[in-house]
Amino acid sequence: MPELIAPITGNVWKILVAVGDKVELDDEMIILEALKMETPIYCDDGGTITEIKIKEGDAVNEGDILVVIG
Amino acid sequence: MFNILKELIYSSGAVSLTGGNLVMWLVAFVLLYLAIKKQYEPLLLLPIAFGILVVNLPLTFLMEPEHGLIWFFYHYGIEQDIIPPLIFLGLGAMIDFGPLIANPKTLLLGAGAQAGLYVTFFAAILFGFDLQEAGSIAIIGGADGPTTIYLTSKLAPHLLGATAVSAYAYMALVPIIQPPMMKLLTTDHERKIVMSKLRHVSKLQRVCFPIITAMTIMLVVPPAAPLISMLMLGNLFKESGVVERLTNAASNELMNIVTIFLGLSIGATMTASTFLSPKVLFIFFLGLFAFVVSTAAGLLMAKFMNLFLKDKINPLIGAAGVSAVPMAARCVHKVGSEANRRNYLLMYAMGPNVAGVIGTVVAAAILLKNLG
Repeated sequence: MPELIAPITGNVWKILVAVGDKVELDDEMIILEALKMETPIYCDDGGTITEIKIKEGDAVNEGDILVVIG
Repeated sequence: MFNILKELIYSSGAVSLTGGNLVMWLVAFVLLYLAIKKQYEPLLLLPIAFGILVVNLPLTFLMEPEHGLIWFFYHYGIEQDIIPPLIFLGLGAMIDFGPLIANPKTLLLGAGAQAGLYVTFFAAILFGFDLQEAGSIAIIGGADGPTTIYLTSKLAPHLLGATAVSAYAYMALVPIIQPPMMKLLTTDHERKIVMSKLRHVSKLQRVCFPIITAMTIMLVVPPAAPLISMLMLGNLFKESGVVERLTNAASNELMNIVTIFLGLSIGATMTASTFLSPKVLFIFFLGLFAFVVSTAAGLLMAKFMNLFLKDKINPLIGAAGVSAVPMAARCVHKVGSEANRRNYLLMYAMGPNVAGVIGTVVAAAILLKNLG
């Protein structure tokens, strides 16, 4: 199952998608905040979102799974 | 009655105002505007600007040696070199050296970016500055405020206001100064390079780093001791994980307190008579030159390293070697993501970025040793 992985350590600033959404390659899905800078994270694989493992304000580490896409 | 009025007018500051004072008010108002409205480094620019304003109100004697309030702040804080090392203590407690430990070769980028400093040193001499002044101006290229203040207060205190303001101004302007250089000196292909994942850094390595670095640098360049010892002590507080209260005190309360005195004192050195000279314009020009050359040197150093590395680095991270933590690293990240939106260079850029701080301190110590 494709997953969206956090490419950098930071805090979850905004979640732009919800469970059930259909997403496509390059859709902006999550905005992370690291060193006071917002970094958008883009979709790597198209599909339907089955699970969002984080909520806004969470601290995430590099490599953490953010979103599961079915 | 008339005499009382006359006396009141003559004893007021207004009659002693000079044209230069009015120009300095203008400088202060511009800086206040930049700090409040544009939020350019407001934590420093605001007290600096206010310092400039009050010291250019005649007959207040705020900077009168042995009498003035701000003179005492300046004398004990900056002339006696108390404040810059305390700022470094706080910085150490905030800086994460992890990316540097994970990728030690980025230390070379932090060192390479100091080249601008030496080029500027000779350029300043050509412009007619003496050796001490040239050293103080060159250090602006290191893009580190406390180090600039530390060195200038030892070598050429009369230039303090100009070098400090120019260092902080150019740091705030990193997002404007650096990207054109980055685009000029790297190809689109190079900017797209995605770097391999940083290795995990253990707690033992994190704790040992400040101890070993402090010992090594102080043994090799002893004049770096005041800044490096405080920087590494702060970092040891943070990484040891056992003195959270000291870490917080150093990086929050103490840092904020000394920042107030630092900004105010720096601003107060900028009286019309010291600041309004053609020399100061040259300092701003040479400071910018130093910054640009340092950025270029970092980028070229990274490209040079790529000639030998199997695992290529993205040359953009070289630009972060100028220090200016974390503005330069953010800037690298942004330019990198413009070339390739899946390129997250932030943490890779933090390696040379924090290495740049160490590099600047070492460079300052070498200048101090030879010129002081």
